[in-house]
Amino acid sequence: MSHSEVTASDPGTLIPGSDAVTHHRISRPRRLFRRIAPALGIAPFIIYSFLGLGIPAIAVTYYAFQKETGGWTFSNIHFMLTGEKHVFLTGFENSIKLGLLSAVIPGILGVFIAYAIQTSNSNILRRLTATAAGVLANFGGINLTFMFVATLSSTGILTYWLADIGIKLSSIGFNLYTFSGVLVVYMYFQLPLMVLVVTPALGGLRASWREAAENMGASSWQYWLRVGIPVLLPSILGGMLLLFGSAFAAYATAETLTLGLISLSPIQIGNYLNGNVIAGQTHVGYAIAFGMLVILSITMILYSLVRRRASKWLR
Amino acid sequence: MAPLVGEVAEAENEVVPSFSTGSSKRRRRVRWWRGVVLVLAGAFFLIPVYAGVKFSLQNNEHHFSFQAYESLASAPGFTAALTLSLKIALVTMVVSTLLMVPTAIYVHVRLPRLRRLLDVVTVLPIVIPPIVLIVGVLGVYPLWAKSSPYLLSFMYVILAMPFVYRSLDAGIGAIDLKTLTEASRSLGGSWSKTMWRVILPNIRPALLSATVLTLALVFGEFTMAQLDIWQTIPVWIAQFSVSSDGPIQVAASMIGLLGTWVLLLLVVSIDRSESRRNRKKLRSS
Amino acid sequence: MALKKIKTALLAGATVASLVAVGITANSIAASGATSVNWAKVTHLTKTGSTSMAALVTAAKKEGTLNVVALPSNWANYGNIIKGFQKKYGIKINSENPEGSSAEEIQALTSDKGRSSDPDVIDVGTSYAVTAKTQGLLAPYKVSTWSEIPAGLKQAGGYWFDDYGGYVAIGCNTKTVKVCPTSLKAMLTEKGPTYKIGLNNSPLTSNSALAAVEAAAVVNGGSLNNVAPGVKFFATLNKNGAFVNTIASATTALSGATNVIIWWDYLQSNGGIKVPGWKVVLPSDVLLGEYYTQGINSGAPNPAAARLWEEYLYSVTGQNLWLAGGARPAELAFMQAHGTANKTLVAKLPILPAGQTPLFPTTAQISAAATVVNTSWAAQVGK
Repeated sequence: MSHSEVTASDPGTLIPGSDAVTHHRISRPRRLFRRIAPALGIAPFIIYSFLGLGIPAIAVTYYAFQKETGGWTFSNIHFMLTGEKHVFLTGFENSIKLGLLSAVIPGILGVFIAYAIQTSNSNILRRLTATAAGVLANFGGINLTFMFVATLSSTGILTYWLADIGIKLSSIGFNLYTFSGVLVVYMYFQLPLMVLVVTPALGGLRASWREAAENMGASSWQYWLRVGIPVLLPSILGGMLLLFGSAFAAYATAETLTLGLISLSPIQIGNYLNGNVIAGQTHVGYAIAFGMLVILSITMILYSLVRRRASKWLR
Repeated sequence: MAPLVGEVAEAENEVVPSFSTGSSKRRRRVRWWRGVVLVLAGAFFLIPVYAGVKFSLQNNEHHFSFQAYESLASAPGFTAALTLSLKIALVTMVVSTLLMVPTAIYVHVRLPRLRRLLDVVTVLPIVIPPIVLIVGVLGVYPLWAKSSPYLLSFMYVILAMPFVYRSLDAGIGAIDLKTLTEASRSLGGSWSKTMWRVILPNIRPALLSATVLTLALVFGEFTMAQLDIWQTIPVWIAQFSVSSDGPIQVAASMIGLLGTWVLLLLVVSIDRSESRRNRKKLRSS
Repeated sequence: MALKKIKTALLAGATVASLVAVGITANSIAASGATSVNWAKVTHLTKTGSTSMAALVTAAKKEGTLNVVALPSNWANYGNIIKGFQKKYGIKINSENPEGSSAEEIQALTSDKGRSSDPDVIDVGTSYAVTAKTQGLLAPYKVSTWSEIPAGLKQAGGYWFDDYGGYVAIGCNTKTVKVCPTSLKAMLTEKGPTYKIGLNNSPLTSNSALAAVEAAAVVNGGSLNNVAPGVKFFATLNKNGAFVNTIASATTALSGATNVIIWWDYLQSNGGIKVPGWKVVLPSDVLLGEYYTQGINSGAPNPAAARLWEEYLYSVTGQNLWLAGGARPAELAFMQAHGTANKTLVAKLPILPAGQTPLFPTTAQISAAATVVNTSWAAQVGK
């Protein structure tokens, strides 16, 4: 072990006189290097993240402010905000609504499901559900859409089964192709996502804590209020953020399910950049993408504020 | 903090003899409620699968038939798509491990203050929607990158980052990394030996979760692969969406779903039997 | 003496060098003589010589491959066209991304540049060909039968040319629907669940679905320039419960989710929708058609094969193969006048309704319609 390693990683362990010796012997630039050297360890990660996240985000922002033929312009942004009967603003509004509802409802339900799985004594069940959750969280697109058309459309098997026991979906007002229908379909991948995120945290709730609480006479409700939820809250909030992002950004499922009947931002981006009818207006697509980035940045800021508040409240 | 598919979780749920009365009643209540939740959840996920499978098991005359699955076996491009997906998955998993494991460990050991930063950066892939990412990438990346399917691997590592990092973070946090490292180092082990012999085996469950999730992601990701024009399995399956044969299209998606699940179960089972073997080895040595 | 030796040596060296140089030059001339034609720059064939059909075939066979993109095998009989070409010339066709959209094809031209799968030819909606030309992505080429293509179906300089087209048609499951609608107006009167009408995709992004909306506009008091009534048509359908907002395909036709589909005639008939009892008719109240367009990639990796492919497509064989797919090839009028169109196949085409003049929207009209639909569809139909 060299002197420098001692000083850098083990401030508690002192070899008498070493500090004084190293201070005089090492020149300033070397000392500076020694200071930032540890941070270089995560340099590969930072560089990779910049290449994979930073550059695309910058590119999208850049193109949002460029004309089709080159040159700076605000017209794309202006068009996005005011043009076309506010259809893009409606898109943002719908996407945010979908994101929030798709974060909270499956978020809460997911905690219950994860808990039910975690507290089972069957290892096999846990392995099956863990892998299934992984697969389902990434499932979507036309495959998922048709499965639900076969289940909950007017000719779907579940519709018929429910009608057999007297529940007519059409009279309740449920339609697979409306907002509520989209929410139900989104649950199919949002619930597993939440289960994936929350399960590790649930594993951290040791049975010994529960026993200790019971021994002290705490009811189930009190246990959850004082011990369970506070421990789980960071994970739950984090999970809901993931769910919001996932629902807000969902593309393939939204596209095949709504077919444009509900204005949603990711689909509008796709229409302008990748569709079959609107040619040569790609920069509008970039402008919408830029709008999504702005909304999500605001979401991140709000999230960190909530996290900080929550951790303060939990102390 | 127990990882996703670890055995550590078992210990947590052992039946500990309780000295307080009424707890057995409570446990019974929990069990009943738990069953209801599991049945409802199971129904929600399995009914659509049943609907899909039922539809795929017929021919165009509405008679029961395996014809869809038979034609799928000889479907053109399936093996090519499967090979491509496997290659991309392998590269993704390797790069992800090489990038994230040292970073996570390093941050835990040397730079605990930077954990906040890492938390933020690894959540960014969710903040930036995949459609936006791929659109940005295709707009500016150089030609040699766009010509390679491993550009998808590069981006999948990013997409998997939140899950991989969380998994590793939980796993590393569960083992007292500092003590282990110090112990190993004071016994004369070099950094690489410490990493290989001490740290990695202890975070094995977390590493497994991360791998499994990455695999699931690669076999389910559609948007980026389609826009980058590579025929991965999800894209190949979706290609049948305009097929003139309905049951074949749905059969393809069912196979995709169940096949990925089986693949993940295989990976998990192999790991379990290997770790059991290792433990036996340790015990007998 | 030494000087003389040096002079001799130099002379010898120079001779050898020049001989080698001449040899190399001669060799390269001989070699390039065989490939002196840069097929990427050839704009039309000549009867004889280095740019004749025979030379093209040789050069294409030498290239050995052809890359195509977004050509589903059951779309206008492309499956058999590809097979026929491969068989006739022994050139392997790589069919990439068969379900791709026109936009993806254009994107492939740029982003696939470094890949061996870079498309040689494209088949896209006309507005996309127009954009591709302005971006310099297309190479001009006039096929041998250029004069047989109507003037309105090609770009004067040869940068793009229409290949086949069809009309908006009504497909119906005669086994489950008592009275199949024979006109678009008839769909408005019946309320669901009798009719479950579907479009093949979202009209905000799909050419064929947009055409259905344009056709609806014409019957609902609008025109090709005023597509808003078409949106209102579907709003009414949705309110009546007759519109099914999902991707209508063979799958939904078989499952019963959609028993009526509005789509291109050539995609629904000829086994396009393999449902027993599926009948395709052209609506009696509007005849709206569109042609798709061919183009050659200016940076095609196999320029000779690309041109040979176009020659094949526009030969009598190729055009009749499209006819077999239920599509109307660009040269159909000429072929019918000269008796080269396969009469049985022509007879199989859906009967043109009496008293209807075919309408062909221009790219400007399509573009304007796309804008209207993109902005009002969700608000109007989604209510």
